[in-house]
Amino acid sequence: MDRTEKLNTLTANALLDKLNQREISCDNILSALNERISQVDPKVKAYVRTGTVPFKTTDDLALRGQSPLPLTGIPISIKDNICTEGNNTECCSKILEGFKPPYDATVISKLKKSGVHIFETKLNMDEFAFGSSTENSCFGATHNPWDLECVPGGSSGGSAAAVAADEAIWALGSDTGGSIRQPASFCGVVGLKPTYGRVSRYGLIAFASSLDQIGTLTKDVRDCALLMNIISGHDPYDSTSVDAPVPDYSQSLTGDIKGIKVGVPKEYFVKGMDAEVKTIVEEAIKKLETLGVRQSQVSLPHTEYAVPVYYILATAEASSNLARFDGVQYGLRKKSGGDNAMIGMYKKTRGEGFGEETKRRILLGTFALSHGYYDAYYLRALKVRTLIKQDFDRVFADFDCIVTPTSPTPAFKIGERAQDPLSMYLSDIYTISVNLAGIPAISIPCGFTKKGLPVGLQILARPFSEEAILRVAHAYEQATEWHKMRPNL
Amino acid sequence: MAIDKETVDYVAHLARIDLKSEESDKLAGQLKDILGFIDKLANLDTKDIPPTSHILPINNILRQDTLKESLPIERTIENAPEKNGNFFVVPKIIE
Repeated sequence: MDRTEKLNTLTANALLDKLNQREISCDNILSALNERISQVDPKVKAYVRTGTVPFKTTDDLALRGQSPLPLTGIPISIKDNICTEGNNTECCSKILEGFKPPYDATVISKLKKSGVHIFETKLNMDEFAFGSSTENSCFGATHNPWDLECVPGGSSGGSAAAVAADEAIWALGSDTGGSIRQPASFCGVVGLKPTYGRVSRYGLIAFASSLDQIGTLTKDVRDCALLMNIISGHDPYDSTSVDAPVPDYSQSLTGDIKGIKVGVPKEYFVKGMDAEVKTIVEEAIKKLETLGVRQSQVSLPHTEYAVPVYYILATAEASSNLARFDGVQYGLRKKSGGDNAMIGMYKKTRGEGFGEETKRRILLGTFALSHGYYDAYYLRALKVRTLIKQDFDRVFADFDCIVTPTSPTPAFKIGERAQDPLSMYLSDIYTISVNLAGIPAISIPCGFTKKGLPVGLQILARPFSEEAILRVAHAYEQATEWHKMRPNL
Repeated sequence: MAIDKETVDYVAHLARIDLKSEESDKLAGQLKDILGFIDKLANLDTKDIPPTSHILPINNILRQDTLKESLPIERTIENAPEKNGNFFVVPKIIE
């Protein structure tokens, strides 16, 4: 069969058209996905516990009935750190083994209310979202569908790989320092990190609460807009979610970007950047110019401080958030004898339950917050965060969007950076500032290297200006074919 | 900032994590590299810069103090590795 005929390769919007025309049933979609997963997931390993059947076909989905909900029959796959009631949600960590949340995350409730079918088996990720390669998972590494010897990026590597390999129609991920955009770039899909506060974090297992945001991984920009329409909005269960009206994001896809002012930060095109990535991104910016945007060089002078600020603030917040994994309320418990059996139990449980990178980050964060170092590290990092935010405020006073590469390199080889944490941290150099400033950003496919690895273009905008991002991204997508490319598996 | 094996062991105690001796050796080296990189923050003059702990101008969120439905106790406790009735069981703390 021609691949365009296969339902698992279609976008949610295309499937909805077919469902509404009664050309297909919901079960047709689930069967196509199940077949694809059993075919390619043993190689890609996007889902945790591969070998189990991720989708249950259900009777109530077999027929859409007389008055279906807007998205009845469209399936979605979910990152392993977003709570789904009754299904294992383990953050790919041994310490949360067997955890079945007693409630749904708000984004999951919203999807269910729209009729979306939630996949039971979760998508792979770096343990607690600590990583940029999806190698730090207790379930093992996910492989990049474009080159199985390469990483898919991370931490939402399972989400990006599943969408790229047509093992998922679309997926949810989370982004604390680039965890949606960098894997989207490495796997050639569309990944959006919304403005901090746009989407409720209730039910997202916390990594760094001042930076975390749930977002989307989709095959194109139109699906991104549709998914954002469902998951956005205020939630009384998340006091940091913002009570502001949610626009219809699909309406922003006008195709007209004439006169939009785009800034290109000079600090993002520096040494250390892959030469092919540089050329491809420069070509993409030229393409945007032919579509009518006005681009000029801008400066974000504190860019070089973003990675150090992030690794203080994110690890400090993580060390506090992960204190809850203590062997009492859920997950692993390891008993200990000795004088103080309680403290011993905590230490043994956490020593055995956390992986290497998780321990490294908890220790770094605990150190940064500890007596005598708080001012030198944590407080100073909070102040430099102000400077980074002010850089963006200055540029956005004159420009509608900022355009950059998503990552300085294409996907790297599995194992290449695993023993060198610092080089792994530097792979997030273009994405981290966005989380520190709380602004929205998307990564869209903009070309391929000679070896056939995808490259991503990152588009940033002011807080709550997802519409501007989607408009520019969609116009670029309409003028190019990159988003239609699929790996041979 | 120098970080040695003793510091790593002390911080691991604060964080309630058991480390094997070879783990603290390895972590001491890695954390030293990472902190060396982070030390570039000291190059900036931040004296008069206010800290940003929250990126959005959010104030206290208040709501009516009214009764609402919540999860039943048996659901909230069902993931506990050890429980007794409606209680979490922990090792003995008070002699």
